[in-house]
Amino acid sequence: MDITLWGTRGSLAAPGPETARYGGNTSCVEVRGADGQLLILDAGTGIRPLSATLDPALRRVDILLTHLHMDHIQGLGFFAGLYKPGLEVHVWGPPSTTLHLRDRLARYLSPPLFPVQMRDLPSRLTLHDVPLSDFEIEGMAVRASLVCHPGPTVGYRITENGMAVVYLPDHEPALGARKFPEDAAWTSGFALAEDADLLIHDAQYTPEEYAEHVGWGHSSLPDAVAFAEKVAAKKMVTFHHDPQHDDAILARMVEDARRAAKLPFTLVGGIEGATFAL
Amino acid sequence: MAQQPIELILTRQWASYLVVPVWVMGENGHLVYYNEPAEAVLGRRFDEAGEMLAEELATIFQTTSEDGSRLDSESLPINIALLERRPAHLRLRIRGLDGEWRLVDASAFPIEGQGGRHLGAVAIFWEAEPGGVG
Repeated sequence: MDITLWGTRGSLAAPGPETARYGGNTSCVEVRGADGQLLILDAGTGIRPLSATLDPALRRVDILLTHLHMDHIQGLGFFAGLYKPGLEVHVWGPPSTTLHLRDRLARYLSPPLFPVQMRDLPSRLTLHDVPLSDFEIEGMAVRASLVCHPGPTVGYRITENGMAVVYLPDHEPALGARKFPEDAAWTSGFALAEDADLLIHDAQYTPEEYAEHVGWGHSSLPDAVAFAEKVAAKKMVTFHHDPQHDDAILARMVEDARRAAKLPFTLVGGIEGATFAL
Repeated sequence: MAQQPIELILTRQWASYLVVPVWVMGENGHLVYYNEPAEAVLGRRFDEAGEMLAEELATIFQTTSEDGSRLDSESLPINIALLERRPAHLRLRIRGLDGEWRLVDASAFPIEGQGGRHLGAVAIFWEAEPGGVG
């Protein structure tokens, strides 16, 4: 399984020379199975450059949305696969108690916000409420679970050949906890992330910033590190970088976290374009 | 390790900040949490009592109707919320783990998650006559 980060920024795209190293595109991660299966985690602006790499012979792609905040769907209308006649495009998103996924996505993929309607797309588009359980996509084991973030939001665990990547781009497991991390049973995302070989986790804030954003649905880097240690992840990648954080700030945050304690896992700053092989 | 559903995690965290006694049950009817104000009513800290199975609860927490007559467990608001998946309210007497009987008003509602998942129930209760009823 090969994983590529196409967008690591949170909240809002932040292009420019000051973010050139970590990247400015919003959430999008490619997961490529051993048999060439293509799973795309979130459709932030990073999905546009990913589109340029699509194999012309590709017959199916699955886009797994964690939730429908704009930074996770803004690139969807610019995904080239949607305009390829005959390509099977499956979009999975968290269930809602009120509206079908199609109706919720159509709020964005329709005028006046977007010129093309979903019904006019030439690809074979299928929308799915993601099962809150284990399921399979093209032979790859997928697990989705609701996690702590405002509105229906899931995290994903994808396993192939005994190796697991866990994707929790928007996650605030410390919310309300008297002392974080608490017992595993009472920690949001624990079952999903336990023993992950690669954990891609929200690390938007410094501790000082987090104190002013409690309840916004994101983590400080130290909380993300504590979560990674709790779940015994082997490698953690920081993700959902604050758009106000330039490359120097992000590098310093990671370095500070590495210096703060002897970590029992590898901590990696989430850099756009980075690849990981599992 | 098994993890509680996010809805129960958030319910427990919400309850931990309230001054109103709150009791949280899991889907199988086991008591998974009660907060500090509930500890005063029930007479024991949750950390000491811990999680309890449904069958244990009936023997640990004795209940009667308001006038002291027998109360079927099916009539308890928390059990109505759990088994019938609807809210319920009742004034009843409960004997805490300190051995004291107390008159309480109990309201309960089911925790219904997305996808038709029944995850448990919450009971909120107020001591009607603080200090016990003998």
